[in-house]
Amino acid sequence: MSGALPVETRGLIKRYGRIVAVDGVDLVVEPGDVYGYLGPNGAGKTTSLRMLLGLIRPTAGSARLFGRDPLVQGAKALDGVAGFVEGPRFYSYLSGRSNLQMLADYDEPDSRARIEEVLEVVELRDRAKDRVGGYSHGMRQRLGIAAALLRSPRLLLLDEPTTGLDPAGMRDMRELVRRLAEDKITIMLSSHLLYEVEELCNRVAIIRKGRIVYQGALRELMAATTTSYVIRAGDPERARTVCLTQTGVENVAVEDGVVRFSADEESVAALSIALGQARIGITALTPERASLEELFLGLTGGESSDHDRAAVAS
Amino acid sequence: MTAVARIYRWELAKLLAQKRTYLGLGAAAIVPVIFVVVLLLQTGGPNDVPLGRYIRDTGLAVPFVVLFFMSIWGFPLITALVAGDIVAAEHHNGTLKTILTRSRERGEVFAGKVLAAATYTMIIVFAMGLVGVVAGSIAWGFHPLTSLSGTKVSAGHGLALLLASLAIYTLPLAGIAAFGLLLSTVTQNSAASVVGALMWALLMQLLGVLPGTESFRPYLLGTQFEAWHGFLRVPADWAPVVRAVWVCALYILLPLSAAYLVFLRRDVAGE
Repeated sequence: MSGALPVETRGLIKRYGRIVAVDGVDLVVEPGDVYGYLGPNGAGKTTSLRMLLGLIRPTAGSARLFGRDPLVQGAKALDGVAGFVEGPRFYSYLSGRSNLQMLADYDEPDSRARIEEVLEVVELRDRAKDRVGGYSHGMRQRLGIAAALLRSPRLLLLDEPTTGLDPAGMRDMRELVRRLAEDKITIMLSSHLLYEVEELCNRVAIIRKGRIVYQGALRELMAATTTSYVIRAGDPERARTVCLTQTGVENVAVEDGVVRFSADEESVAALSIALGQARIGITALTPERASLEELFLGLTGGESSDHDRAAVAS
Repeated sequence: MTAVARIYRWELAKLLAQKRTYLGLGAAAIVPVIFVVVLLLQTGGPNDVPLGRYIRDTGLAVPFVVLFFMSIWGFPLITALVAGDIVAAEHHNGTLKTILTRSRERGEVFAGKVLAAATYTMIIVFAMGLVGVVAGSIAWGFHPLTSLSGTKVSAGHGLALLLASLAIYTLPLAGIAAFGLLLSTVTQNSAASVVGALMWALLMQLLGVLPGTESFRPYLLGTQFEAWHGFLRVPADWAPVVRAVWVCALYILLPLSAAYLVFLRRDVAGE
């Protein structure tokens, strides 16, 4: 079984009455991947992860972890797998250490011997004797990672690990994920933040309204996506006119005194020359990070909805 | 230690860390004390309940009389308080998914919870009995007990009868606990389960006193709270005791089986 893929789902479907939360998802996570599961809130990420962890039953299709189906093999399918969905939850009336001691007793083999080590990894050792009820959101999140690491996992499933953290907490969490990835743990993490996935992951699946709209290397996707640029120029109107005459420069608009357009790199280079020749002084020409929404636009041929926009904006 | 034993131990630890456990245990322990204090301050007494007439003869009579009064809603409520909460609280706090994503099967987790709820149920009954005997003996001494047949039994023998009575009394209470656990699993709502289990107990009591229910009255859960009377007869009347065992077994096993099946298959998702 060791040769089996860490994660493989086929035609995974979850329906709640008329609502289809996950609609035929096929995912493949390979050993060593840091796999980003990207999508706006409500797209079906958490529901997919719940099915992987055996917490909910798929309406149809199958989910396998290292070749084992949690629906068929129960908790044994989680051998070598750890993680959390929708934020880790603990017994608030027990200390952090007690919580871990309890979870260690729920592990096979018993993972008690690793408690101090994992507390060290997530830098919670000083607070381990305190009740979890007094922990900050970030500390709970870190305790969640510690609880997962107790199991010496070969695969970590993390649902929005940075959500709700302050900027420093987010940075620490990403740093932690990077370190774990260096330790040869395969990681699948969900996120609604494109830049986070860009920063951490080598491969991604993008889910939207329960369906996978892209799966593969993120870099290829980004390269294929036309990027937005902003020009600050002394005379935006004239700059706009020049932009309009350039091939490969599209969606030109002047907003708040800056010119926005989308183009590939080659066209941008040509544009900069054209602007110079037209004697239009520019103070800035900057690429804008593609948003999740723009990726969707690229992937779905312009079909979009207010729902996505709201989700991405939030 | 087996997996279930480990889970059971942690379930007990969780109960010991929660206020409602002490609330229930405290209530079970305080009732006999209140009883004794009130009877010390008043003349007269609960003459129309089994052993009520002899309550000032010996401390041994106190727990028997309290058993009667607490069977209506006192013990059912105290039992439901924990049994109705034991699955629902974990769902509400999101900790169910935490423990179900380790190495233990759902069936093992369920078994640990059932054992913990059963242990709590047993402890509240025996705690009441112990406190009742001690408080009653301080007030009136530890003397021979008058049986329901009117004969005297020695204090030592009376104590043994009390322990047997407490044990058989635990069975119908376990039936209520099992029903509470079923509600807890199905509704995933602690308050609804506690109230629902209490309503179930009251319904059983109500059916037992309505006219026209005589034919099935012996098989109602509420009736089994009187099974201990059999021990207090001379010679002992085993019929109500034996009936309580098998009737309660049904009241325990049916809801537990249903709860088990639901727990095994249930989607563990957010609220």
